[in-house]
Amino acid sequence: MPEEKQVIESNEFNRREFFVKLGLGSLSIAACGTAVFAYQFLSPNVLFEPSPIVNAGKPGSYPEDSVTLDVNSGIYLIHAKEGFFALSAVCTHLGCLTAWKPELGIIACPCHGSKFKRDGEKIEGPAPKPLPWLRTWVSDEGDLMVDRSVTVRPMEFVRV
Amino acid sequence: MAKTIGNYFDELRGTRVWRSVFRGGTGSSTLRRSLAIQQNVFLHLFSTKVRRRMVGLSATWYLGTLTFGTFLILVVTGILLMLYYHPSVPQAYADMKDLQFVVSSGLFLRNLHRWSAHAMVFLVFAHMFKVFYRGAYRPPREFNWVIGIILLLVTLFLSYTGYLLPWDQLAFWAITVGSNIASAVPLFGNKIHFLMLGGNLVNANALLRFYVLHCMILPLTAILFIAIHFWRIRKDGGLYAQQSEPKTLAARAAGSAAAKGAQ
Repeated sequence: MPEEKQVIESNEFNRREFFVKLGLGSLSIAACGTAVFAYQFLSPNVLFEPSPIVNAGKPGSYPEDSVTLDVNSGIYLIHAKEGFFALSAVCTHLGCLTAWKPELGIIACPCHGSKFKRDGEKIEGPAPKPLPWLRTWVSDEGDLMVDRSVTVRPMEFVRV
Repeated sequence: MAKTIGNYFDELRGTRVWRSVFRGGTGSSTLRRSLAIQQNVFLHLFSTKVRRRMVGLSATWYLGTLTFGTFLILVVTGILLMLYYHPSVPQAYADMKDLQFVVSSGLFLRNLHRWSAHAMVFLVFAHMFKVFYRGAYRPPREFNWVIGIILLLVTLFLSYTGYLLPWDQLAFWAITVGSNIASAVPLFGNKIHFLMLGGNLVNANALLRFYVLHCMILPLTAILFIAIHFWRIRKDGGLYAQQSEPKTLAARAAGSAAAKGAQ
């Protein structure tokens, strides 16, 4: 009965196949581990970047109806009739630093021509979103503080 | 009888030292000349014989060769510039200015590097247009076109990473814009941005990462794929020339054209 014998052989435990599978399996586990290792290695755990919290000084130094750009921290401090607010000066398109144009009363980006109103609302240009409002408060020392990492809803003015 | 320079050269080629380096032996027979190609590590990738037409100006315009030439200039001048350049925030810009105004021949080497980089990007595109319009990407060379696309990307990444190294306003804002384009990738965009810059801002980590990419990782990738590219030219039947198109392909093209005409 040669046919019967063949069936038995195919069901037999195949040592070579087992070791091949074991080898490939451990190699793929090692490959996944290497990918995780590489990702973790390439992500720095400590960053030497400026703090997101900025001290903008005394509110009295900003005259009413003024827009002041702090180039180093990339924020506008605006003293409107309703109160103070801080706006991110980083264009929502590709991250260039925008500029306040007092003669036109708008914020404009030099890179690709996006234009915004003084309250961050988009007028035109490739920018997909308005300039975000940043969390602003008055410290115990009476200084205006801005947290660049926290955005708030527009029209939340700080009164001093 | 006085010896000619040729006699001296033949004598040199007969010495034991020469024979230990070039084992092909002396003489200009076809066998010896073939061995000279086969037994040279740089030339053995190539066929021992090619048609004269294949290496002629008319067949290539030398665009690929010129691209490779600019690459060699960039490697040599780049290594020399590395001797005076520190990839650190306080020094990078000053080192670039020193290369322009203080280092002997620094201005020449920096400009050579810069102009060759511009020329390389231009030549890569010219080479690709030439290959495309002459139809040299068609079988059996279609895989070499893919290798060429990889080399195009490596060239553009080399240009992009090198753009940051002068550490001036142009460099800073160009990389800010470019890295923000990367963060437009769906789902992983911000992660790619963070890994690329080694932080959230174009800063010391970004400068160092771009330096390592520009001076080590990308040039080695380029060399690897250039070697494959050149090897494939010969293995895929040599440089493309209209007359060398295999008869079977020409017949197939004619057949499909005839079939279309019949419909």
